[in-house]
Amino acid sequence: MTRVRSIKRSRLLSGTGRYALLVFFGLIFFVPVYYLLVGSLRPGDKVLGGLSALVPSDLSLDNYAGVFNRFSNDTTGYVWQFAGVSLAVTAMVVLGGLLVNSLAGYALARMKWRGRNIVLLLVTIMTIIPFEAVALPLYYMLSGQRNTLYVQALPFLANAFSIFLFYTYFLSIPVEVEEAATIDGAGPVRTLFQVVAPMSLPAYATVAILTFLGQWGQYLWPVLMITDTKLRPLPLELSVFQNAQPPEWGPVLAFGVLFVLPVLVVFLIFQRSFVASVASSGVKG
Amino acid sequence: MTLLIRSQAERTAPPARRRRRLSSHSLMGPVMAAPALILLAVFLAIPFLGAIAMSFYRLQLNSTRAPRFIGLEQYSRLFADPDISAAFLHSLGNNFTFAAVVVPVQTALALGLALLVNGKLRGMAVFRTMFFMPLVFPLALVAVVWRLIFARDDHGLLNSAISLFTGGSVGPHDWLGSSATAMGAIIVMSIWQSVSFQMIILLGGLQAVPHDLYEAASLDRAGRWSQFLHVTVPGIRNTLIFVALLTTVFSFRLFDQVYLLGQSGSVDIESTQTMMYQVITTGYDQNNIGQGAAMAVVFLVIVTIVAVIQRRLVRQEGSIR
Repeated sequence: MTRVRSIKRSRLLSGTGRYALLVFFGLIFFVPVYYLLVGSLRPGDKVLGGLSALVPSDLSLDNYAGVFNRFSNDTTGYVWQFAGVSLAVTAMVVLGGLLVNSLAGYALARMKWRGRNIVLLLVTIMTIIPFEAVALPLYYMLSGQRNTLYVQALPFLANAFSIFLFYTYFLSIPVEVEEAATIDGAGPVRTLFQVVAPMSLPAYATVAILTFLGQWGQYLWPVLMITDTKLRPLPLELSVFQNAQPPEWGPVLAFGVLFVLPVLVVFLIFQRSFVASVASSGVKG
Repeated sequence: MTLLIRSQAERTAPPARRRRRLSSHSLMGPVMAAPALILLAVFLAIPFLGAIAMSFYRLQLNSTRAPRFIGLEQYSRLFADPDISAAFLHSLGNNFTFAAVVVPVQTALALGLALLVNGKLRGMAVFRTMFFMPLVFPLALVAVVWRLIFARDDHGLLNSAISLFTGGSVGPHDWLGSSATAMGAIIVMSIWQSVSFQMIILLGGLQAVPHDLYEAASLDRAGRWSQFLHVTVPGIRNTLIFVALLTTVFSFRLFDQVYLLGQSGSVDIESTQTMMYQVITTGYDQNNIGQGAAMAVVFLVIVTIVAVIQRRLVRQEGSIR
């Protein structure tokens, strides 16, 4: 009974109209994805064939073989190399970011120290400064560190917005839980990681997902800092590849699939928790 | 954006008296916060101050000429030097056009989609999955795929579809290359990629609206539309504001798509360049770092002003309620 009513209440449209809209938007979101997948499996000259490019015919893995053949020596770099750079940098940023930002969020939410309020205010202000605005001075300051792996990760470890997400989440946890741990003699670091963190998985998941997606697609910073083929992350190499003359669309799309497929698969598996954690972060702030 | 979050945080904060009991480790606080704070200082605060300092200098990388202090010249050039100001002011205008379209359209669309996928319906899981897919697409890849969709002549997917639906009476159009449609094409592309993100946040907001409010409304014989206006919208007001602010800040950062397509030569640069595009092309491509830094400072001032104005508007609206 309640369920029937809740279904009725949540929709402004009747069933058929609703399905029509769902199909319409579903196609809009899905067709480009499908186009990428099918195009990556078809001969390069048929990728740009108007609507016929959507017909899954002449499928083969030639484009994928083409990608691996093309990137097979030290001048062009190797596919596994680009992927390795992206993976290493992203792992550093996600794991390091979870650690330092949650520590800071906890210190701000639960501990009393001189200057805490000023730091909180400064962190708040820093959430407004987009990285893009400081990219150029950073590029100038760090020009001696160009073409290194760590310089791709370091500027993104600490993130004011992540600190804030942790801060607000930790505030919402009842303080009594930690009091027991404190009475047992646990220090704040132990309390954070043994008591608070396990209760704050949605916050950790949200920060991890948002950081991962942002970092996996990071383009501006590598453009400025990386010229060495060996250290190019995937997005940078993809843009170099797509601008090669003449463009080889088949292999370019295959490269794109290699770039996004791992993420897409992980996303499909964890979709439910992904959506739940992002949604809760928005509601909580 | 941040103020909204803060006020929400403060509301959920435990009373200060209680918090004090956990605070015996007065040295541990700064120690735990230090790694993040040092990194933020080195990679955000100092470069930010550096941008301001650099904007007063003529500065080049790998140049034999020493940096030369030129005061406010870079700033006056932005508005007076015809070589620089035309492109800069044009970019500024493009940024505002982009934000003016994207913020209302994307927020409204995200709300519509959230309502559409809210609730249980057969096959909904499939639709939701389709809706969410673009979220994991990095912009570098979005640019590749949409470059092919928007491709000129009848090989482009869009042109081919239009030709099919109009029976061939409408000829192919160069969507990205023509100044009339280039910005529109970029807008479509960027909404496609990120609208589901806003949709997810709004969906979370929708599901947090108390159910008994709807029951009370239907007892009062409120129709669906009136329930939407009087229960749903007030119920998700804060989430809606959060989404709109987020979209605004993001819309001013528009860079990747424009730069990527610009490099490939497939987009009309003049009608799509943005402030960030100017900052990077001036500072990096033309190695005029001082001038680029001045643009970045102006960019940041504008982003801050927009954020502050929005916050004011939101706060006023809040006090009326």
